[in-house]
Amino acid sequence: MSTLKGRNLISITDFNKEEYLEVLDIAEGFEQNPKQRILTDKVVATLFFEPSTRTRLSFESAANQLGARIIGFSDPGGTSVQKGESLHDTIVMVSSYADLIVMRNPKEGSSRYASEVSTVPVINAGDGANQHPTQCMLDLYSIRKTQGTLENLQIACVGDLKYGRTVHSLVQAMCNFNATFHLVSPEELKLPSSVKMSIKNAGLKYYQYTDLRDIIPTADIIYMTRVQRERFPDPLEYERVKDSCILTASMLEGCKSNMKVLHPLPRVNEITVDVDKTPYAYYFQQAQNGVYVRQALMSAILGVK
Amino acid sequence: MDSKKELVVPRIENGTVIDHIPTTAVYKVIRILGLEKYQDQVLIGNFLNSDKLGKKGIIKINNKHFTKEEISKIALVAPYATIIDIKDFAVTEKFATEIPDHIENFVKCANPKCITNFEQIPTKFDIVDKSNLKMKCHYCEKFTTKDTMVIIDK
Repeated sequence: MSTLKGRNLISITDFNKEEYLEVLDIAEGFEQNPKQRILTDKVVATLFFEPSTRTRLSFESAANQLGARIIGFSDPGGTSVQKGESLHDTIVMVSSYADLIVMRNPKEGSSRYASEVSTVPVINAGDGANQHPTQCMLDLYSIRKTQGTLENLQIACVGDLKYGRTVHSLVQAMCNFNATFHLVSPEELKLPSSVKMSIKNAGLKYYQYTDLRDIIPTADIIYMTRVQRERFPDPLEYERVKDSCILTASMLEGCKSNMKVLHPLPRVNEITVDVDKTPYAYYFQQAQNGVYVRQALMSAILGVK
Repeated sequence: MDSKKELVVPRIENGTVIDHIPTTAVYKVIRILGLEKYQDQVLIGNFLNSDKLGKKGIIKINNKHFTKEEISKIALVAPYATIIDIKDFAVTEKFATEIPDHIENFVKCANPKCITNFEQIPTKFDIVDKSNLKMKCHYCEKFTTKDTMVIIDK
């Protein structure tokens, strides 16, 4: 039985390297055989205090394929939350109805708090701009699957590195695997110093760029993120930099043959559609991998794997 | 000379002296230690001459002794303060305040989106950089610093 039984997953740093690998190994089993009815006596609550179709459907698909029953809501409208019930009371109540809580909430730190109040394990499905650890786990799964290993890779992160929580988590997780980081962003959206400190503390190297073309020949993984117009106080600044973080198929000439492009989705225009047909595009399979990883997490935390 | 200095704020027989408080922090220290409600003599001096700080504040609290944990909170606003324990007009212990590693329910989280600013939750911080007073919220994982620090009213 997994050592993850009964644990919460709130931040990616709640798990260590061995635990990441354990989840990825279990997820591989689900990829081979996704329909294993091993949670038929379990109830999973999916509490979405803000809508997130992709994440909710991925969790619910994962739970359904394992035979679990699902209760919950996809937005708080029409629930006791709208009547002004506190998060504390909602969680106390739901934890008496379910074996596991999956929660998304726009308030940062809400999942950590829920895990302290709940009597059943909590998986964070995103708490505002803070953490979204299952996204990071599926990113790790996708990297290992496409590269055969997580060790000693050249990881390029592109776009909004300042506010992009997926990048922060990925960098922190990959610090366990001797990665070298190539950070491409407009000057205004560079990786925060606290995350750079994690790289330094792990004794690893990072390089910063403003032009995406500079990292194409080096990267094993190009992790793209969206640069949002509203991040720029001056619209002219946005216009000036917006093209510097757009990946097109023609730019991929000269990349490594093993290189894969990842993206947490939804994409807007930062990866042009002509990239989709190249052998380097992996973002849609990446989303598919989310179901296996969530199956692995739910079954390990519920003590069934 | 010494006796003249002593006269500015009279001596206490038993209790605690908090010396070397920055002039801007004297009333914050009073608030942090809840001295507004203290039912005994509290002697306060501010803008007194100090070799160490130029100008300083001092607070003398009669018949009150603090634990190091209680007093560590004031290090956040008065990092160079000296705590002197007095018994029978004599100094029994003297130590500098020390910024703690962890604080609970004392400072508001500076992140307006943090759950602790919406629900009745005691805040918790790990102080990750004592020299710059940078603290990480246990819940939202964002940093509050001495520039954004607001002490919770109790």
